[in-house]
Amino acid sequence: MSIKMLPNRDGYGHGLIELGATNSEVVVLDADLAKSTRSDWFADKFPERFFDLGIAEQDMLGTAAGLSLGGKIPFATTYGVFVTGRAWDQIRTTICYSELNVKIAGAHGGISVGPDGATHQALEDIALMRVLPHMQVMVPCDAVEAKKATIAAASVKGPCYLRFAREATPVFTEERDFFEIGKANVLKEGMDVTIIACGPIVYEALLANEQLAAMGISARVINMHTIKPLDEAVVLQAAEETKAIVTAEEHQVAGGLGSAVSEVLVKNKPVPVEMIGIQDTFGESGTPEELAVKYHLVANDIVLAAQKVLARKSK
Amino acid sequence: MYTQSLEELKKSCKDVRGDIVRMTAAAGSGHPGGSLSAVELMTALYFNVMNHRPQEVAWPERDRFILSKGHVCPVLYSVMARSGYFSVEELLTLRTLGSKLQGHPSSKLLPGVEVSSGSLGQGLSIANGLALSARLNKKGFRIYCLLGDGELQEGQVWEAVMTAAHYKLDQVCALVDYNNLQIDGTVEAVMGVAPLVEKWQSFNWHTIQIDGHDLSQVLAAYEEAKQTKGKPSVIIATTVKGKGCSFMENVAGWHGKSCNEKELQIALDDIYGKGN
Repeated sequence: MSIKMLPNRDGYGHGLIELGATNSEVVVLDADLAKSTRSDWFADKFPERFFDLGIAEQDMLGTAAGLSLGGKIPFATTYGVFVTGRAWDQIRTTICYSELNVKIAGAHGGISVGPDGATHQALEDIALMRVLPHMQVMVPCDAVEAKKATIAAASVKGPCYLRFAREATPVFTEERDFFEIGKANVLKEGMDVTIIACGPIVYEALLANEQLAAMGISARVINMHTIKPLDEAVVLQAAEETKAIVTAEEHQVAGGLGSAVSEVLVKNKPVPVEMIGIQDTFGESGTPEELAVKYHLVANDIVLAAQKVLARKSK
Repeated sequence: MYTQSLEELKKSCKDVRGDIVRMTAAAGSGHPGGSLSAVELMTALYFNVMNHRPQEVAWPERDRFILSKGHVCPVLYSVMARSGYFSVEELLTLRTLGSKLQGHPSSKLLPGVEVSSGSLGQGLSIANGLALSARLNKKGFRIYCLLGDGELQEGQVWEAVMTAAHYKLDQVCALVDYNNLQIDGTVEAVMGVAPLVEKWQSFNWHTIQIDGHDLSQVLAAYEEAKQTKGKPSVIIATTVKGKGCSFMENVAGWHGKSCNEKELQIALDDIYGKGN
């Protein structure tokens, strides 16, 4: 069976168009990457509410802050690596400390950016945003969820970071699926081990679930689309019931989803955890598929991590 | 709104200077030098120029002020208190635990402060965003943004300078407190920013050059900026860091240091005249 493939940044573009039509306060900013981030879809339909700031991310975030002070709901958009890195101080001091209603969209999250190489692969953005007080962080798993996350971000007060991916990836959620910021979705029930994932790698977790099932292992799969505020209840329930956890993300294991989940576990219910993600290294050029294999981000790696964590659990 | 006469403004400037040295002395820290150099700019702005309602801080039509050089919040706090945002007595809580008057301004804690600041270089971008929101909402308010001359070394300032000119944000009025001193020495010795007027002009801004301690020039500059259409205006105000306190004037060391008891007395004598 072939599955539909779409880049989840397309979901961002569709979400913006819908917001443009339904909420006159929504404005969109970009830093010379509007075609790539899909913010140009909004610009085409609502040109008077779109502002290109040129290649000046810090100024873009400050301008977005000012627009929010004037009552607008700005979506400041560029690649995740630039928006969270280059403009981090602007996000921290101007936006988060003042608790401004600025939405920040980071396209090209993860190593799957591919041939552009390490400079353009955002692998630290979740950590950089998660550490900031008042910030909410979302990592949608496919284009359908990306659209929902975009629309949801406009409906909540305060700063949000949305991470999108460049490559076409499987679309496996549906319009009718429930989505709420801070509420994880349990995609597969299971009692032996739990896989908690975010972003397009959730699909690899689903594939791993099938492989594990064939081995007689029942793996729960959780789509943790919101990293902050983290759905602690679903994590603790998984720890209680399956007593072993694998996290999977296209991000440094330090500071990202794996860390966020572990922080909850060590304080409340310590169980063995294995982390799939980037292991304290930069990326490189290659096809997304090659890179996923080389950096151990595919279903088979999740299966191996599940077996490892099961062995630790039984000790 | 009541506006002050030139004589009243001159007296207000003395009170604001007195507040600055008193509150930083009480705090035992803070930034008097760059606060004192901006006194005339800020006093004229809050008492005569800006359209604002201290009793209704969220009034949508109000003119906005963004303090980009957040460390000179003593001058902001003083003009806010003296125009009615909070009591003058509260100024002495500066920098203490639980005070609304943080070491650098916090918009969450102090109503009337539009946005928190303290990390330099960010204010003008915010002013531009406010101007764009006003354009979309068809509002006529103006946005004033105070920058330090040393602050102009921050690259983001020039990004914002380009943006304001590109979008022709004539509601934006930047104020440069050109006192030519920063922590490590003179601005020209540390990292030169001259020639300032030519720089801003070449970025397509309307420039107004004044003596920043001459209230008549200050008021005229604000009016000229208001009348300038189609491009943003910058008032480049030549000032003296530490202005009004003999031992602080033009001394870089008084950027971030407060007076001890003896120095405070000399400062107050300098400001109000001996025996006053």
